[in-house]
Amino acid sequence: MNKNKNKNKNKITKALILGLGLSFATTSFTAFAANVPEGTKLAAKQELVRGNGNEVASLDPHKTEGVPESHVIRDLLEGLVNQDADGNTIPGVAERWETPDNKTFTFYLRQDAKWSNGDPVTADDFVYSFQRVVDPATASPYSWFLEMTSMTNAADIIAGKKDKSTLGVKAIDTHTFQVHLEHAAPYFVMMMGHTTVKPVHKATVEKFGDKWTKPENFVGNGAFVLNNWVVNERIEMVPNKFYWDNAKTVLTKVTFLPIENQVAEMNRFLSGELDFTYEVSNEHFRRLKKDHPESLQIKGSLCTYYYNFNTHKKPFDDVRVRKAISYAIDRNIVTDALLGQGQKPAYFLTPEIIAGFSPELPAYGKMTQNERNTTAKKLLAEAGYNKSNPLKFSLLYNTSENHKKLAVAIASMWKKTLGVEVTLENQEWKTYLETKKQGNFEASRAGWCGDYNEPSTFTSLMEGSNTTGGIHYQSAAYDELIKRGIEATSAEERTQLYYAQEAQLAKDMPIAPIYQYVQTRLVNPHVGGYAANNAEDKLYSKDMYIIAE
Amino acid sequence: MFKFILKRVIEAIPTLLILITISFFLMRFAPGSPFSSERTLPPQVMENINAKYGLDKPVMEQYTTYLSNVLQGDLGPSFKYKDFTVNELVATALPVSAKIGAVAFVFAVFFGVGIGTIAALRQNTWLDYSVMSTAMIGIVMPSFVLAPVLIYLFSITLGWFPAGGWLDGSAKYMVLPVLGMSMMYVATFARITRGSMIETLNSNFIRTARAKGLSFSYIVLHHALKPAMLPVVSYMGPAFVGIITGSVVIETIFGLPGIGKLFVNAAFNRDYSLVMGITILIGLLFILFNAIVDILLAYVDPKIRF
Repeated sequence: MNKNKNKNKNKITKALILGLGLSFATTSFTAFAANVPEGTKLAAKQELVRGNGNEVASLDPHKTEGVPESHVIRDLLEGLVNQDADGNTIPGVAERWETPDNKTFTFYLRQDAKWSNGDPVTADDFVYSFQRVVDPATASPYSWFLEMTSMTNAADIIAGKKDKSTLGVKAIDTHTFQVHLEHAAPYFVMMMGHTTVKPVHKATVEKFGDKWTKPENFVGNGAFVLNNWVVNERIEMVPNKFYWDNAKTVLTKVTFLPIENQVAEMNRFLSGELDFTYEVSNEHFRRLKKDHPESLQIKGSLCTYYYNFNTHKKPFDDVRVRKAISYAIDRNIVTDALLGQGQKPAYFLTPEIIAGFSPELPAYGKMTQNERNTTAKKLLAEAGYNKSNPLKFSLLYNTSENHKKLAVAIASMWKKTLGVEVTLENQEWKTYLETKKQGNFEASRAGWCGDYNEPSTFTSLMEGSNTTGGIHYQSAAYDELIKRGIEATSAEERTQLYYAQEAQLAKDMPIAPIYQYVQTRLVNPHVGGYAANNAEDKLYSKDMYIIAE
Repeated sequence: MFKFILKRVIEAIPTLLILITISFFLMRFAPGSPFSSERTLPPQVMENINAKYGLDKPVMEQYTTYLSNVLQGDLGPSFKYKDFTVNELVATALPVSAKIGAVAFVFAVFFGVGIGTIAALRQNTWLDYSVMSTAMIGIVMPSFVLAPVLIYLFSITLGWFPAGGWLDGSAKYMVLPVLGMSMMYVATFARITRGSMIETLNSNFIRTARAKGLSFSYIVLHHALKPAMLPVVSYMGPAFVGIITGSVVIETIFGLPGIGKLFVNAAFNRDYSLVMGITILIGLLFILFNAIVDILLAYVDPKIRF
């Protein structure tokens, strides 16, 4: 781990502690908006154009699940809390909050928060919105997020066993909103920055139904308001004059362009049509680093790339085989030679950039690659595989040049070190998801990105009841550790349990972690206020401005 | 003529019905569902979603409901773009593809026929060779190669035109996509025209006209051009539909909000209703333009009428 990384982690740890609301003390912060450094000369035209990957599936925060949607919604709607440029949790609609026990949270909403039609933002808006998320009629694909906070009755309401009015939320008065959880969750406040828990304007939603997100109907409480939306072409927004901190918004227009093709996006950046891209193509990275170093922005990301094994099927029902295959992957070659954008080798499911997560590396992570290879050979021999009986399996991945490149390289490592014969099999996304769901695979490529900056967003993935991505790990010992983690009463105890969960994963090796992602973008140097250290990539257009050239 | 058109319309009905039925069931049999995602949703959430979109009903019931909605002009809600209906999405995307396709088509026809005619008239000269070898390059160079070259040259290096986008479809946003889309068709039209024109110019009735002492230009314009256009007109129908619907590469490279990109994304997302809606639209376009071509051919070639 290098020095910069530690520095970054410290900032995030600070963020977590700030956001936790661990004490009775009422928390209060200075609001953050586009804080233009003194002496900066602003451009006359304050218009920002952002690349945004895929077209958004919806602008209703309770019906979305993707990252592109979150980027747009973050500008249009404001939740209880926001994040600053370094990822610290800061006030949003709630100007302060308090909790006596990390189970009951009281949020004090700012008096001047308004919707874009001038209506005040009230505690009732949050009650309505939270209930709407768990209401089966909404069919929200992310309703499980509230279940995960252990909000009172959330699980039963989603399952249709209880009425939505029984959800653990209450409007104490117009500007005081209270939430009750079944288990203590010190990171609850931080989770309230998620897209799923943004408020919606009740009267607008009830009047227009599914059409409330159309520009002509849209009412939001964010720094910007929707102005134009052409599917597959652009989303345009202008400042919301009723936004409580509108005086600090510098930009006069923000445009999101859905460009899923990375090369097309790069071309539009290079021709000056985009101020920053959504991502950077791996093939062009080295050339861009040489030709446009001033525009490349790289930051750690809350995502892990891994291969998962079907533990219920031969040959991966044998832990020795799983370990051998995992050990024989030279992660440094993957990160340095194949990717080379700053990705880090992974020995945990949880990426090390996660706040408050710095466990000791598992034993195999401390070995040299030669030692790992030797151990791998020994384990495979013990499992009964040798030259006359070589291990054969197929590796499934979703169609993509990058996944293919890695799969080919890793398969050749296995072949060279262990004499393993691997059949590579690619499938397009939905077919791949279905195959994994059915469990019709032996080993498969996978990846996961956290929903919030805390280890449980990763470790809960491997829980027995969760079959996400075809993981059918189902370890009683692991599930027990997860249960204890939820019920832990102190932050220290919980952290130790997260480490124990990761140790259990290293012991059973249901997955082979490979690398920790980075977020790479081309950012025009004239963009000011770009949050280069925000690990969750929460970029608020209200914090940005255009510097005169 | 009215009888001819009526016959085509009646013929189109079973064709469309078969198209709808086959695509409906093919979509349902494709692995994966519109709502499958990396995180497996709790069964009760999945049930709620399926109920909302009518996917909890038996497939035959879904089919009959869909058919009766289509007859009323309702293509249903999009499964992926949850804030839009298929009708809305098609209504936004079709004009973009139609506009850019129409311009590319007109350009391809006039330019292609023009240079094809010149090449035929100057057969076996340097002009013929250079025009036709350029056309050959046009045919073999796919749009996914040509378009990035155009972008590199005219957007990144010279900065004359934007590298993508549509805005309101103003001229500067159309130049590069139109070029990228039409070059292949320009070349094909040129080759067809040249071949057909040479054949016509060598036919007996042209020789007779020349023997009568008519001027060469008069012969070309009044006697040769019309019969030489027969294969060109036949190719116009598939070319037009191809330009409009097969524009996915150009739409992706230039970020145009057209029907081609919408169609491909819909298939990847298993957006059943959107795939169906666009399939029906493309089917209709094919039938319509083949009918138009038949009518044009009947006009150009009296043999077809009688």
